[in-house]
Amino acid sequence: MTATSDQAQRAYVAAQAADARVNVELDTGDMTLNIGPQHPATHGTLRIACQLDGEQVIMAEPIMGYMHRGYEKLCEVRTYPQCTTLINRIDWLGSFANEVPFILAAEQLMEVEAPPRAQWIRTILFELSRIANLALFLGDMGVQVGALTPVFFAFRDRERVLNQIEAATGGRFHPNFDRIGGLKDDLPKGWIDETRAVMAKMRGFCDEMEDLLVGNEIFQTRCRGVGVIPADVALGYGLSGANLRASGVDWDLRRDANPGLAWNEIDWRVWTHPDGDSFARYWVRLQETREATYMVEKLLDGLPGGPIMAKVPRIIKVPAGEAYVSTENPLGEMGYYVVSKGDLGPFRVKIRTPSFNNISIVPWVMKGVYVPDVITILGSLYFILGDIDR
Amino acid sequence: MSDEAPDNDEQVAIGSGQGDAGREALRSELEDLLGAAVVDSHIQEGQNLWLRVEAGRWQDVARSLKGAGFNYFGFLSAIDWTVAPEGRYEDTEFDAGLDDDDAEPVAIDNTTGHAGGDTRFQLLMQLHAPARGAAVLVKADVPDDAPVIDTLRDVFPGADWHERETHEMFGIGFTGHPQLVPIYLPTEFEGHPLRKDFPLLARHVKPWPGVVDIEEIPEHLEAELEAAVMAEFEASGGGE
Repeated sequence: MTATSDQAQRAYVAAQAADARVNVELDTGDMTLNIGPQHPATHGTLRIACQLDGEQVIMAEPIMGYMHRGYEKLCEVRTYPQCTTLINRIDWLGSFANEVPFILAAEQLMEVEAPPRAQWIRTILFELSRIANLALFLGDMGVQVGALTPVFFAFRDRERVLNQIEAATGGRFHPNFDRIGGLKDDLPKGWIDETRAVMAKMRGFCDEMEDLLVGNEIFQTRCRGVGVIPADVALGYGLSGANLRASGVDWDLRRDANPGLAWNEIDWRVWTHPDGDSFARYWVRLQETREATYMVEKLLDGLPGGPIMAKVPRIIKVPAGEAYVSTENPLGEMGYYVVSKGDLGPFRVKIRTPSFNNISIVPWVMKGVYVPDVITILGSLYFILGDIDR
Repeated sequence: MSDEAPDNDEQVAIGSGQGDAGREALRSELEDLLGAAVVDSHIQEGQNLWLRVEAGRWQDVARSLKGAGFNYFGFLSAIDWTVAPEGRYEDTEFDAGLDDDDAEPVAIDNTTGHAGGDTRFQLLMQLHAPARGAAVLVKADVPDDAPVIDTLRDVFPGADWHERETHEMFGIGFTGHPQLVPIYLPTEFEGHPLRKDFPLLARHVKPWPGVVDIEEIPEHLEAELEAAVMAEFEASGGGE
């Protein structure tokens, strides 16, 4: 090195040091960090405006509306059968499960009951939607903590379930299969055996996830004790689904407020976890997915014969009245408050979606956590943006 | 890991399938608890219990219900009872009248709702009682001259966002809510979309192609078919 360049270098270092000294005295106030709208953890376009003090979040405010489609208003100008097309697109990963409470509400108003076989097939498809939906979560949660492999496994295995849904309904994501009074079609030939095989595969997938993530030290360090939600707070915010059960509340609408599907015909258990942290939410969903595979098998065993459609008039006119029906969807309590004036379409539909309530706790739970934990907490709360924005 | 399975067998499921007898008992219990605040109540067989309470006691009612075990917040929203039968499909004529100040005031009919109602806007809330496996739907008539009601934010923190949504969609105010900013709509958006008099512009720009999702019926057969369909409908017991 020549003397001049050596000198130049020293001068440069001195200047840097001087800069650094100035920076020390500069204001290091709170910083605003926008997480999203485009982020893998947001399952759509959600923006979280975080106010940071160093690495710590002092305030986090979700900003929604990027995907608001006004379904409640649109339902008011459609007939009942037309509404299910929209409703399919609320939680797009578990579409069939969205249709069921709306159809049940319309059936309650019309005082029509679907025949037993239709109810059982509904329950089976409902649980298949749950498996397809939660399988993606189980893999996706790995991505939030930096493990890429699980999500590929999830996409691979979810495909098998989607294939079964497609074989029965004709639609992978938007089945639009449920009808007032029953179902569009019966199950295709050979479907039951195929589904049994798929359920065995999905249990294998659950085991893989258990090995890859639940038993993983890094995963445990990142998730245990992070984003703890006590039971009373969870209830006050109206959390539902696995988020509530991971806080130790033993509440499952499939068991506690079954609106008439076949859940109480079979043996199954509700899983809870007392911790209320990100790990507990993952753990509960994992158990639920596995439980759902057993439930599907039991439902297939007991599937009754008979018609799949009740006698329903050709033009569906729903008598005046009100009904609220909610079911335990993959994400939590999904309910429809339907007000009818005896017209061809609903007068007002209030769509109570699980993700809206589940995300409303974000400002509370994010207070004081560190930036990397924001992602794991968001991931573990598990929401679908279409389900928040409707 | 699975060996960490917490024991939850000791909790017994009661289930809100406690039936209508349970709902009757719950109704009389809540009517005693809330006293004069209850205006009306309704039980739909095999479904739900509705309570209509006084708007002025909205916050007290929520507090009392929370004390009585209804500590699990479900949702909060509103219903606009403005009658707009012609507003359902091709609603041009109906909406045209709304912009005109001299037009006759729109009719309000909330008699078909459970537990009745007297005003245009009705607030609606659902609460669960997980420990007793029960649920209740609570309604309140929002005064027509000043559509404002107390916030439930301090009782149920989850009501915060639901009130923001109800505020922007229906224009109902919530006293005591510190941040009634829009949750979905852009800041500069004008109007309250879920009010019945808010026109759905998409329908004005391009008329809806199908009112009924079946093939068109020839005109000379229409009346005949409609009568037949209605007869079938009545016979199936759907009209009751």
